[in-house]
Amino acid sequence: MKGEGLRKYAGVVLIALILALLPRFVPSYAAFELTFVGAYAIGILGLSILTGASGQISLGHGALFAIGGYTVAILGQKLGVPYWVSLPLATIAGGIVGLGLGLVALRLEGIYLALATFALAVATPSTLKHFRSLTGGSQGIVLAPLAVPGPFHGLLTSEQWLYYVTWVLAGALFFATSVALSGRLGRSLRALRDNEVAAVSFGINPQRYKTLAFAWSAAYAGLAGAIVAIATAFVSPDTYSVALSLSLVTGAVLGGLGTLWGALLGGVIVEFLPLLVQKVNPAAPSVVYGVALILFMIFLPGGIGRAIQSGLNSLRLRRETNHART
Amino acid sequence: MHDLAQQIVSGLATGSIFASMALALVLIYRSMGVMNFAQGEMAMFTTYLAWQFVEQGMPLWVAFPLTIAIAFAGAVAIERIIVRPVEGGSPLTVVILTLGLLITFNGLAGWIWGYTVRTFPSPFPTTPLHIGSVAFSSQDLGIIAVSLASLGAISLFFQKTKVGLAMRAAALYPESSRALGVRVGWMLALGWGLAAAVGALSGLMIAPVELLDPNMMQGILVYAFASAVLGGIESPVGAVVGGLSLGVVLNLLGAYVPFIGNELQLTTAFAIIVVILLFRPAGLFGRRSMQRV
Amino acid sequence: MHVRNRSLAATLAACFALSIGIGIHAPALADEPGVSATEILLGGLHPYSGPASAYAAIGKGALAYFSYVNDKGGVHGRKITYKDLDDAYSPPQAIQLTKQLVEQDHVFAMFDTLGTPSCSAIRPYLNDNGVPQLFVATGASTWGSDSAKYPWTIGWQPDYQSEAIVYAHYLLKEDSNPKIAVLYQNDDYGDDYMAGLKFGLGAKASAIIKTAAYEVTDPSVSSQIAALKSSGADTLFIFATPKFSIQALVAAAQQSWHARIFLNSVSASQTILGAATKAGGVDATKGVISTQYLKDPSEPKWDGDSGMKLYREIMAKYLPGADTNNGFFTYGMAVAYTMVDTLEHAGKNPTRKTLMDAAIHLSERDNPFVLPGIIVHTTPKDRFPIDQQQLARYDGARFSSFGSLISGRGR
Repeated sequence: MKGEGLRKYAGVVLIALILALLPRFVPSYAAFELTFVGAYAIGILGLSILTGASGQISLGHGALFAIGGYTVAILGQKLGVPYWVSLPLATIAGGIVGLGLGLVALRLEGIYLALATFALAVATPSTLKHFRSLTGGSQGIVLAPLAVPGPFHGLLTSEQWLYYVTWVLAGALFFATSVALSGRLGRSLRALRDNEVAAVSFGINPQRYKTLAFAWSAAYAGLAGAIVAIATAFVSPDTYSVALSLSLVTGAVLGGLGTLWGALLGGVIVEFLPLLVQKVNPAAPSVVYGVALILFMIFLPGGIGRAIQSGLNSLRLRRETNHART
Repeated sequence: MHDLAQQIVSGLATGSIFASMALALVLIYRSMGVMNFAQGEMAMFTTYLAWQFVEQGMPLWVAFPLTIAIAFAGAVAIERIIVRPVEGGSPLTVVILTLGLLITFNGLAGWIWGYTVRTFPSPFPTTPLHIGSVAFSSQDLGIIAVSLASLGAISLFFQKTKVGLAMRAAALYPESSRALGVRVGWMLALGWGLAAAVGALSGLMIAPVELLDPNMMQGILVYAFASAVLGGIESPVGAVVGGLSLGVVLNLLGAYVPFIGNELQLTTAFAIIVVILLFRPAGLFGRRSMQRV
Repeated sequence: MHVRNRSLAATLAACFALSIGIGIHAPALADEPGVSATEILLGGLHPYSGPASAYAAIGKGALAYFSYVNDKGGVHGRKITYKDLDDAYSPPQAIQLTKQLVEQDHVFAMFDTLGTPSCSAIRPYLNDNGVPQLFVATGASTWGSDSAKYPWTIGWQPDYQSEAIVYAHYLLKEDSNPKIAVLYQNDDYGDDYMAGLKFGLGAKASAIIKTAAYEVTDPSVSSQIAALKSSGADTLFIFATPKFSIQALVAAAQQSWHARIFLNSVSASQTILGAATKAGGVDATKGVISTQYLKDPSEPKWDGDSGMKLYREIMAKYLPGADTNNGFFTYGMAVAYTMVDTLEHAGKNPTRKTLMDAAIHLSERDNPFVLPGIIVHTTPKDRFPIDQQQLARYDGARFSSFGSLISGRGR
């Protein structure tokens, strides 16, 4: 019993250790890329909660990234708000918009919600361009470089500092999510997802939980978008095209919906799959990407995360059977 | 006001483009209960095939039916081989699969034919027609006519033929249909084939106006979705009426409401989708489905 | 005990594999990054995927020209390696790839990066690190006009604003009281043209009586054309990419709007206007005015020209099967020619500093792919390499140039 608990945490602690020490050993640009992995992982975690835990499909989370990114950009460049203030504000902004979307989503089922959120994703760039006095239009906004605060000055580059901030945030959020999902919140969401009618008869209020799930996942997406904006030091309407929303969903599904490891894997996939695909076929990377998606859905619809999980489970089963036999 | 009339007529022309794609989307939805996000790209791909045939010297009246036949057969094959494995699964799996198809077809077309914009031959003469001072092209008329004709053919097929009836049954009551001897799997494949054929026809009609390039359908897809939702996602008649109306509404809003102008057309389409789904999910022509507890 | 160690080992192994995957290695640094005894390494970004993929042909054209130069011995005995990556027209992707190119591959300079959003996103980083960002493939005016803030960045093609200024000056000479309508793409591209047009019209900017924008996701622009026509304008400016330019020309003809039409140069190739004529009749394209600075491979008048012959030879050898009528390939070769020229002037032992110095002291008269008489010219104060353009008029079948080379900014 005790061995099992320690074993579960050993993996997490090890990853945490590796992440903490990595910037010492890898070049700065690699830490930079891993920062994006962390940001996408946070965003996909949110998406994973929404779809995996509460069963609502969103093909429009890129729009929430845009909310987060532009909040940080506008507050920073127009009002001089420092990042340590605008980052939480971006998260809250995402959450508020998510609340609104969630209320709308209550009336939409499955495929209709997918459609509506898809339309949202497609409409995002032109909407951003429209409010040009606020958003800078298609020129975009250049963000101020991230300054490394006093105590760390000279020890860390700006990229490494952002890396640590991102991964500490990611770690905290993953932990908090894990706790929330294993408690009553998670159980209610899963009950709603699996059989709404039965859940309602148990007294679970679908409106409240589903809207909450949307707001929650949108807050994460807002935070992720803000981090990406700070890292890129630039936002423009084209950054938030429908391709972003689709790659988030792809990452979430390929990583494994509804699992924490799946969200982490999803972040890795969103960041590195396009690069990998370029190496396979530089002339037509999209073809490789599309075919990969199709193959995954046919053979591994639960995503890599689930495949690893079931692989580990069957390994454990075999081991226990062997133990029992000996 | 001549200007208003011109905007309405242009709107009908654009709307007919939406209508013809929306028809294909509705067909897929009726047969399978899913939206095929790759519908537009498949239509674009088959249009490129037709272009290739014409380039090789094939006359239009041979190339067009051949393309439609290939689209039909190809879609049946895709459904049986690629889509069937995920049919029972969650809707999200199917959505991602169709997204994969979208990306693949788009990349494939770009890879094979490049991204230069090309013209596409039209079966109709190019001289503009006029009613008073309002101008439109015979191509625009052609698109509307073909959409209406497809609509008529499809309605006849579903109401009056045995196969059509079997398809509807298979979509609504798969278990009972199976018990009655309907090959449900093949009905689904047939649905895909029909939708692709309609999509291919729509691509052939649209390409002379839209011009041929691998990304030609991407903007249209959202408008086609909006049209389908507006008209009622299960109703072919709704798709056509929805498409035409959407085209006119967007044009008028764009020309006369400065706040919306031309920038917020997509946003407007999105807003329409949301509002309809919220307040009248069955759209203009659909039937309201009740969920009995 | 046993069991814990095994999972520990597995996790360690996975992490080790992960770190290899990201490529931890510190290659031996040359004295000057990207320059070795035998090689010069340049980095590039083009959209090989996504909606802007048509422009990837520019990168391919440049690559082909470099291969040609390499086969003839390279520059100062060094071969040019051009590592051109796909940024999918996305700024986050662009900045990551750029950091990789600079910090992992140690490129000497970035060359021909494409797309205003991507170039804007990477410009601060490259300038902060003293990496030349040469000959960016966009016509935004900022590459030349913001050089005080970003001295390591330079454009190449005639910028959009100066093109619009050329049109404005010509128009005012022909008609001192025009009534102007403008169709423009709703992004920085269109915005830049509009700004140039207003500037070029000067006191007569009020001659613009109606403008209409379109989005790249719009299915057609006939609504915009109808709105523009209803303003009663007699002159139409089309600042649009090829597909929408064709639609606009056809719509104008269909609606029997016989305005004087100015068309931006990106859409003014023989192929595109031929397509518009096919779709809309001769009325759609007769009299259309545009500017040119490159030799258009689809124009028969260049068939005997030695520069065009070189272009076709290089295409045949290094890009067999590609569509030689695609002017983006010509662009790529033309800008690569300037790059080679700059490398030559950077000296036998080039550094980033000497490279940048060469780039702002160009006086290139013999680029085989640009119109005869165009000089690719820069000084520290004038950072617009090409600003000469040639007006040309389409007669329904061919372009014929008229007038002499004009400089858009009067420099």
